[in-house]
Amino acid sequence: MTRPARRAAALTLPLVAFTGVTFVIPLATMLVRSVHDPVVADALPDTLDRLRGWDGQSDPGEAAYAAAARELLRAREERTLGRVASRMNRVRSGLRSVVVRSARRLQDFPDGPWRAVMLDIDDDWGDPATWRAIRTAGDRFTARHYLNAADLQRLSDGSIARQPPDQRIYLPLLWRTLTVSLGITGLCLALGYPIAYLIAHAPPGRAGFLLGLVLLPFWTSLLVRTTSWIVLLQTQGVVNDLLVAVGLVADDGRIALVYNMTGTVVAMTHVLLPFMVLPVYSIMRAIPPQQMRAAASLGAGFPRAFLRVYWPQTLSGVGAGSLLVFILAIGYYITPALVGGQSGQLISNFIAYHMQTSLNWGLAGALGGILLACVAVLYLLFDRVGGLERMRLR
Amino acid sequence: MNMTAAEPGQRIGRIVHRTACALIFTFLMAPILVIVPLSFNAEPYFTFTEGMLRLDPDAWSLRWYRQILGDDAWRRAFANSLFIGVASTALATVLGTLAALGLSSPDMPARRLAMGLMISPMVTPLIISATGMFFFYSTLGLSQTHAGLILAHAALGTPFVVITVTAALSAFDTNLTRAAASLGAGPLQIFRRVQLPLIAPGVVSGALFAFATSFDEVVVVLFMAGEDQRTLPRQMWGGIREQISPAILAVATFLIVFAVLLLLTVDGLRRRAAAAGGR
Amino acid sequence: MTPIPNVVGHRAVLEGDRVRIGWTPADSRVLDADRGRAVTPTGGPSAAAVRVAALTAALACGCAPPPSGSLTVVSLGGSYGQALVKGYLEPFTAETGVEIRLDDYNGGLAQVRAQVETGNVHWDVVDFETADAVSGCDEGLLEPIDPALLAPGPDGVPAEDDFLPGTLLECSVGTLFYSTIYAYNAERLTGGKPATLEDFFDLERFPGRRGLRRVPFANLEFALIADGVPLDEVYATLDTPAGIDRAFRKLDTIKDQVVWYDAGAQPPQMLADGEVVMSTAFNGRIFNAQNLENQPFVIVWDGQLLDVSQLAIVAGTPDIEAALDLVRFASTAASMAAVSRHIAYSPTRRSGAPLVSTHAETGVDMDPHMPAHPENTRRALQNDWAWWSDNRDDMNERFSAWLAR
Repeated sequence: MTRPARRAAALTLPLVAFTGVTFVIPLATMLVRSVHDPVVADALPDTLDRLRGWDGQSDPGEAAYAAAARELLRAREERTLGRVASRMNRVRSGLRSVVVRSARRLQDFPDGPWRAVMLDIDDDWGDPATWRAIRTAGDRFTARHYLNAADLQRLSDGSIARQPPDQRIYLPLLWRTLTVSLGITGLCLALGYPIAYLIAHAPPGRAGFLLGLVLLPFWTSLLVRTTSWIVLLQTQGVVNDLLVAVGLVADDGRIALVYNMTGTVVAMTHVLLPFMVLPVYSIMRAIPPQQMRAAASLGAGFPRAFLRVYWPQTLSGVGAGSLLVFILAIGYYITPALVGGQSGQLISNFIAYHMQTSLNWGLAGALGGILLACVAVLYLLFDRVGGLERMRLR
Repeated sequence: MNMTAAEPGQRIGRIVHRTACALIFTFLMAPILVIVPLSFNAEPYFTFTEGMLRLDPDAWSLRWYRQILGDDAWRRAFANSLFIGVASTALATVLGTLAALGLSSPDMPARRLAMGLMISPMVTPLIISATGMFFFYSTLGLSQTHAGLILAHAALGTPFVVITVTAALSAFDTNLTRAAASLGAGPLQIFRRVQLPLIAPGVVSGALFAFATSFDEVVVVLFMAGEDQRTLPRQMWGGIREQISPAILAVATFLIVFAVLLLLTVDGLRRRAAAAGGR
Repeated sequence: MTPIPNVVGHRAVLEGDRVRIGWTPADSRVLDADRGRAVTPTGGPSAAAVRVAALTAALACGCAPPPSGSLTVVSLGGSYGQALVKGYLEPFTAETGVEIRLDDYNGGLAQVRAQVETGNVHWDVVDFETADAVSGCDEGLLEPIDPALLAPGPDGVPAEDDFLPGTLLECSVGTLFYSTIYAYNAERLTGGKPATLEDFFDLERFPGRRGLRRVPFANLEFALIADGVPLDEVYATLDTPAGIDRAFRKLDTIKDQVVWYDAGAQPPQMLADGEVVMSTAFNGRIFNAQNLENQPFVIVWDGQLLDVSQLAIVAGTPDIEAALDLVRFASTAASMAAVSRHIAYSPTRRSGAPLVSTHAETGVDMDPHMPAHPENTRRALQNDWAWWSDNRDDMNERFSAWLAR
């Protein structure tokens, strides 16, 4: 490396290191979590050891029962029982209460035989499915969460099958996220293009003012804008009031505009519109106005001149703006969470749900990994169309 | 554009375009315009009362402003936002400016890769960043600390600094540094005397972006902040989700004023930079 | 442990000077934490007297109370949170100097589980629904609480006997009875008055959106009751796969019209804004909106689901003594009664029931608004927390899959 190259690299090094540690490593740990979960393996090493050679059908034998009894009690003492039980419950629902209840009752039994004791506490211990679930939950590395995120499951014979119809939710959700984001991108383009055109061809003073109108929402707190959409769109809100006042809607027939997908689409379009206007506007400004005049003087009507001469030149701005809006839209969390109700939730909201409520962190990581892959592909495209080079913040 | 010579169809087209633009601008501004008057609502709900529409002075009040000014929780939240915002901005600005200087050098190796890495916090969905940070910072004991939030927000803010400063540097005439070097100035001196004054508007506007990012960020805060680190957006989030009160409209109005100030500052800086860079 | 009459007429309770915490030999710590802790209902003039009493007791045993730090107390926010502040949190701070930071959450065990698992415990005392307190205890997330540590009832009745059956649990202390009911806005609802849970599900007679909490709890019970299941068979029905299917099928009939809420403060807001025509809610929130804001809300008590609000201490809290102090303070009959002067939730101690009086601000007689009032319990269902503790995770999963469809 040449000396100036070393110097340049040295200047970037602090930020590369900083971003690496504060951002990239955290992302990596999240992705690791989506395939790696040592909780059960760490808590029940002996039990899992006993189950290693087991055929999965017959009785696992006294040694397995004894190991499980001892290790469940220890997990209870060490206060890891809850997380162990929740992992097992994810493999086989209902297992949480079996495990937690058994550990509590086991305290009253000083001695074995453990098979008899555990069967006495709960019949489920006699079911090989319980032990198979423990064995599955004990895998340190698993593709289960990614299968789950793709609405698939591994059957007990090892084959992969689709989830039962009432549990297929993530593929439709991903599809919904992508289509809604695409719709929002389309809306942003439909609304952003005309005003970008207006601003690009306005006299400088007015252009500055109009640009300010686009930028003010951009600088205004996202929560403020989202709150105002609640105020505007709710049943007794301003928009419904206006509709009733002009007689479009009856007073008792007010429309549900918020806490559903409509709310999500309207508020997100508003939030993301500046990201479309700005790149399109900066491309339009670079187009010499003489071109359209020349086209007109050659006899092309406005629509034709526009389609043949103007529009193609703005395509790179349109592409950059659309990709930016689309990238931001598929990862959006706050706006759908606040105005989306149940039907207006997107994939990010489910990641948050599994992070905060169901505590299925592996699944959250898998959904996050899928979303991240989508974003990465789109980002590479964005970079390809030169969006990154031309990105100017204002 | 001069299209006055056009036939009636074109004039209609123009009227349609203007009308559409007026509606779109209304759509853009409505949320901001509606929230300001509602924050003076005397009633504890989010709708315009009849009294307000009749401009009855009793229906309007400063009740919610008094409430937030008198409320410790909002004051603490504001102080937290300011502290975390300023500290993370300082960190992001220094790191981002240095990196932009390196990136702008024609000799920078692996520029695309480095740029991609540095920009990644900006394009990664916040929920994913927040999730990863929550786990990782927890293992370091940085969750529920101001330090953890400052680091996280600095990471989210650096891309903005990198982009604005890189842009400012691209307008920069490299002959100036060469001239300075030929006159015997060392690299540090060149930076201080020649580069910094010219890219200063870019640095400041990058810093403002970083600050606005931190000041408006709620997802990472939701995951990582304890009660002692509640920020203004976190408090507002609670206001919308948990305990709804028009007090948040009063805070919102304050934040809108804040946004106008930010916008004017950034715009002023851009003009100065444009004048200085001769673009 | 004898209750001594207080000069100002309130009861102050002095306890022994040594307290044992914990019950398994490995876990027992003998603390001379207790230097005569005094308990007072509402602060005010009695607080000074109590402080004098405490000081005297402290001098008598030769140890001054250490200056305490602060506790993070977590409850369900809104007007309920305010009632706790007025009822016992402020008096507690006034008496002990321990600062209370009150945080809100929306119920559930997830946050505590996450805090314990990631080693970030920053909550000290949490106000749980019973099923969550039971699961949390089983999973080792909560500190066991010895009933002997709680303030005795009048005439030295041990706390265990003063608390109503089923309200004291291994790791938590039930402090208040509350109820999930549904309510409507009388000004916005046209076409008759809903009176039963069937009406809540009747979109033909009462068109309009409904508010439901985004958890399976209460919704499944209400769906079955509305579908004609007798009250005493609700949990037996839920215990079968067919019963659960039946509940979800009933919920399906109104799913399009439901606005899901998370926070207890939302239903009054949504009813007032007209976002929904009826909503399930915690009865106290609706009462406060009626009582303090003159909202024309009507509570339908038919099929109300009674539960007990449980105070528990998160395992691994840095200041278990202060946390125990708070639980003890909050679980006196006087504290319960003080809360019941701010929200319509009633005491769980036998000795607390007679102390229920009027609303602190409006002077309304509280008794008829309490969920346990005989007028309101003609068709009431007691929450089967054992069932929920066993089945909640599976129900949550099923519920969220159902919601997502």
